[in-house]
Amino acid sequence: MPNYNWPPMESRRVMGKRVTRLDGIQKASGKAKYNSDVRPAGTIHGVILHSPHAHARIKSVDTSAAEKLEGVTAVRVVAPAGTEIQWAGAEIATVAARTEEIAHDAVRLIKVGYEVLPHLVREDDLSKAGSRAKPAGEAVTGDPDAAFKQADVVHEGVYGIPVITHCCLEPHGQTVAWNGDTVEYFPSTQNVSGIGGDLAKGLQLAAGKVHVHMDNVGGGFGSKFASDLWGLEAAKLSKASGGKPVKMYLDRNPEQTIAGVRPSVYAKIKLAAKKDGTFTAWDSTSWMTGGFAGGGLNADLLPYVYRQVPNRRINHTAVSTNNGAQRAWRAPNHPQVSYITCSALDDLAAKLNMDPLEFFIKNANLTAKPDVYTSQLKKAAELIDWKNQWHPRGDKRAGVIKRGLGLAVGMWGGAGHASQCRTNIHPDGTVEVELGSQDLGTGTRTVIVQVAAESLGLPMNAITLKIGDNSLPVSGASGGSTTVGGVSSSTRISNLNALEKLFEVVAPGLGVPPDQLEAVDGKVQVKGTPAKSLTWKAACQKLGVRTISEMGANDQRNPRGLNTGGVSGVHMADVSVDIETGVVKINKVVAVNDCGLVINPKTAEGQVYGGVIMGICSALMEERVADEGTGRVLNADMEFYKLAGIADIGEIVVHMDITPEHDKRGVVGLGEPATIPTTAAIANACANAIGVRVPTLPLNAKNVLNALNGRRLA
Amino acid sequence: MSSKKEPGVQAPKKGFSRRGFLHGVGITSGALGAGILEQEAAAAPPVNVTGLGEAPVTLTINGKPVKVNVEPRTTLLDAMRDRLEITGAKRVCDRGTCGACTVIIGGKVMYSCTVLAIDAQGKDIQTIEGLSNGNKMHPIIPAFANNDGLQCGYCTSGFVMASKGFLDRNPNPTYEQVKAGLGGNLCRCGTYVGIRKAVLEAAKELKGGKNA
Repeated sequence: MPNYNWPPMESRRVMGKRVTRLDGIQKASGKAKYNSDVRPAGTIHGVILHSPHAHARIKSVDTSAAEKLEGVTAVRVVAPAGTEIQWAGAEIATVAARTEEIAHDAVRLIKVGYEVLPHLVREDDLSKAGSRAKPAGEAVTGDPDAAFKQADVVHEGVYGIPVITHCCLEPHGQTVAWNGDTVEYFPSTQNVSGIGGDLAKGLQLAAGKVHVHMDNVGGGFGSKFASDLWGLEAAKLSKASGGKPVKMYLDRNPEQTIAGVRPSVYAKIKLAAKKDGTFTAWDSTSWMTGGFAGGGLNADLLPYVYRQVPNRRINHTAVSTNNGAQRAWRAPNHPQVSYITCSALDDLAAKLNMDPLEFFIKNANLTAKPDVYTSQLKKAAELIDWKNQWHPRGDKRAGVIKRGLGLAVGMWGGAGHASQCRTNIHPDGTVEVELGSQDLGTGTRTVIVQVAAESLGLPMNAITLKIGDNSLPVSGASGGSTTVGGVSSSTRISNLNALEKLFEVVAPGLGVPPDQLEAVDGKVQVKGTPAKSLTWKAACQKLGVRTISEMGANDQRNPRGLNTGGVSGVHMADVSVDIETGVVKINKVVAVNDCGLVINPKTAEGQVYGGVIMGICSALMEERVADEGTGRVLNADMEFYKLAGIADIGEIVVHMDITPEHDKRGVVGLGEPATIPTTAAIANACANAIGVRVPTLPLNAKNVLNALNGRRLA
Repeated sequence: MSSKKEPGVQAPKKGFSRRGFLHGVGITSGALGAGILEQEAAAAPPVNVTGLGEAPVTLTINGKPVKVNVEPRTTLLDAMRDRLEITGAKRVCDRGTCGACTVIIGGKVMYSCTVLAIDAQGKDIQTIEGLSNGNKMHPIIPAFANNDGLQCGYCTSGFVMASKGFLDRNPNPTYEQVKAGLGGNLCRCGTYVGIRKAVLEAAKELKGGKNA
């Protein structure tokens, strides 16, 4: 059996290098094809009729006028009379027509009778939730009541982080053709290997009947794993239209309303410390909504990272609201619990008159990795010049612009998912690496080819990579930051299995046993003896007419040391706040993250830049505004659902903890941990600047000025 | 400042469905015009589009005339994507906010989701597809790739076009000008750090005259 271990850090030729992403030119020249660009011959268009009401019973659906419209090929009722609608935007009917314009006209001709029912769409005030609130019970560790009595300092606060949306730029949807007994399926997905079976199940077809194709996806962030109702409907519209391909993507309003959200979290938190800053007790009563199902929040994560506090009481309530359902959102739970925990800890430090950096370091023994957090806190502090720039809460300098620093912590798993890879070595020397995986823009293509080039001793351009098709070897969905660990490990194993077969063929000619050969610099040679070698091409010619095709799998129960999970991170922010306008400006964010063995520092840093920017968006701008009056989302668009622009992000400093200690852990995912602590760090920096906590995000002018006014009134 | 800030291309205010609005306007066969294009309209060749339903028009895209059947309400973006297989420009917000559909019309950087196809007749329309030809490409393209100014890539075509238009107007940009000049485009993956570097690198490359 080959030795699958990663080559030693110092001898890697391709891995660990700052390689430019392989699809960069394709994407930057507009040539990269997304499935929303794909229109096979004869494509027609699907459009969905959505409910305008948040809660209603369908009395009647009359599609006769729509069916008669010229150009319409199929009309389907999704929610027949008697159906109870539980959120605005819910699908009522679908139409396929020759053009999208005609399909929109047809949707407008559908007459729906609604019996409008009472709704609840806001959860920020728990007292209004009534029976819609479902408490999850209490969890207690230690003796929190006694600890609060004995404490020198107790702080109580209320914190909130609202529902936000994924806001994928490529909307959810697909082009799909159901012709005969097979389905050609072009979805926008994070799950190439799995989504075909999901659609097949809904269509009551054998899983193998659905063929999935996807070269590129325009953002998913956790919201694009399943085929969804629109996938099923598009397939059924295609069948009803004689098998013509149906292109059906959500318009922006439903994309922002029903295609997934991140749940909110609100919490009343009481916490205590000794005079010397030792954190002793935590008591939180939190609530949230993830839509009609109530949704889940893992409150057991509290207090986040500092979970080993000896005394804790956790109460958590999920509120069922008449809103579109939650979906996994980049690091589910973690940004929210990082925000409420790190805000409360920062307030406690302020009450202790203690520098929060000192407080977070002093209590590092309450984390699972005291040494890692301590060193990351110190590194981030150095990069943001905490020692010279930090001041006690409230910038006392004259003027209306107040400046402050804040910090927060995060953690994540990120071990590799189950993944299979096939390596083909042909007699002409060409090499194919095949996985049913996907590149979300994280650089997956590039890191796979780096691993293959490293493992086979070839230049990167000698490797042909095939992904994005469910007829390729099964590889996991891209969620949980599990992709890079999974695909790098399966690629490595598959490559070396194929190489072993090649060595068996070549070894006799070189006069040594196969295990004395190595593949380096485009040659197969006797280990350490370049003089006794064959070029790669000459070696492959020895295969005659046989192609080597070998599999490799990442087994999650035994990843062979190639990948692992468990990472940490510390982010720090420097902000300026105008106390007259309430505008918060980012000066700088420092991100210190470890992620084991880094295959490509350039794209890894890109993940952290992106994670930090998403954290900035959530801290300063993002909030899904549900209107209790109409039951609808008021900002289901991109002008009132705000994202940061290129001028809003300040300076971002990324420090990847690339060290021999982290490297020997193997590959770990990074996409999610990179975004977790940013939001809380900014919120703490704002509190440090203006001297008062803005309890509820985002830090927009309204919330900042309300907090400042509260202080003035007090 | 981006020319996209000109009043004529602003999306209708909240509460107003742009698609419904365009549908209504379509009945008057473009008589209402689309603001920014009005001045140029005087010089444009006569156009025969009447009533509802599709009619043939000729658009000049990347220097080549292309015939396409469109309805009066069909946006330039939808005409390109759904009828001409020109798919570099993406449909994201579909109401003049995000910039993913950015093209350059008559030298002006514009959102193609807020331009009617019938109003784009007689204009020189440049799309991302016009910035490369085989291995020859505008320096902004390799600059985006080299500086990792993209991830999922769905905003990228629009950003590249906005950057190209910005560099046409600002051949010697400062870092601060780059930040102000590209404020009309949004990215969800968070690639702005690379984009800032890419635009400055492309400016340098263009000044070198290697790709004039």
